[in-house]
Amino acid sequence: MAGFVLSIILTAIPFWLVMTKVIADRNTAVLVLGGFAVIQILVHMVFFLHMNGKVEGGWTLLSTIFTVVFVAIAITGTLWVMFHMNANMTPEHPQVPASAQHGQGAAHNAAP
Amino acid sequence: MSDIRLHAGAAAGALAPREYHLAHEPHPENGTALGFWLYLMSDCLIFAALFATYGVLGRSYAAGPTGAQLFDLPLVALNTAFLLLSSITFGFAMLEKQKKNVKTTLIWLAVTGLLGLCFLGLELYEFSHLIHEGAGPQRSAFLSAFFTLVGTHGLHVTFGLVWLVVLMIQTARHGLIPANTRRLMCLSMFWHFLDVVWIGVFTFVYLMGVL
Repeated sequence: MAGFVLSIILTAIPFWLVMTKVIADRNTAVLVLGGFAVIQILVHMVFFLHMNGKVEGGWTLLSTIFTVVFVAIAITGTLWVMFHMNANMTPEHPQVPASAQHGQGAAHNAAP
Repeated sequence: MSDIRLHAGAAAGALAPREYHLAHEPHPENGTALGFWLYLMSDCLIFAALFATYGVLGRSYAAGPTGAQLFDLPLVALNTAFLLLSSITFGFAMLEKQKKNVKTTLIWLAVTGLLGLCFLGLELYEFSHLIHEGAGPQRSAFLSAFFTLVGTHGLHVTFGLVWLVVLMIQTARHGLIPANTRRLMCLSMFWHFLDVVWIGVFTFVYLMGVL
């Protein structure tokens, strides 16, 4: 029950933040939202999925930690590499402004 | 080797039929939970790949509509509420299951199923609305990634619902036998897991898409 209340609060706050545009700066807002998501996921893991170090002799926790590490590496790695690839791409069509990070993709799609 | 086989073949008529399976398979205590958990973790990797794809493509609008123009936050909030509530009602069903109360377990499962159905209906409504507006998956890389990620989650919920209905029938017919309680435990983990994935979806796709 405590988990349910926590989870409702943790859902309501991010929606409220975005719908009323409390935080003007985009980067801060992204960080805050990400923080709320992480906290809420932890709440769900502990209260709904009954996660702790003792279940199955710790194997559940170990496999979860492995997955979290794997997911973190995969997502940050992908974003990092792809972001730099977009930034370093020479624009194919000079008439398209090269300033946009997605210049290359936009050039492709804009072509008739 | 062949000697033994011949011998065994000759004696087969006289001997009792051979047992090829052990009467008691060496299952560790409650091993299903760990195995199912490992499945969920591998499912998590699928979603990680889709989230990463969305992260890369999520701002490639191809001069098409952006998330801020398309997403209807009150609708998403309602959808999130349905899924969160269905998670808690499943929790109630599991509590009744522990009390060995077949009837109330079934009622809570039915409530969970209805909430899941509401979630799915609203999501399908949203999808058809987007496609109707010309913002289908073929419009831009952003929309392809969006439909793949959210659609995969919706597909999981659909199969979860099928599983839920099957288990309700099983429980109604056979009661809360050990096999059924084990299955309910797995479905409960699956359902809560989908809720956890949805937290990621509504935060990183909808809320951050609107920013």
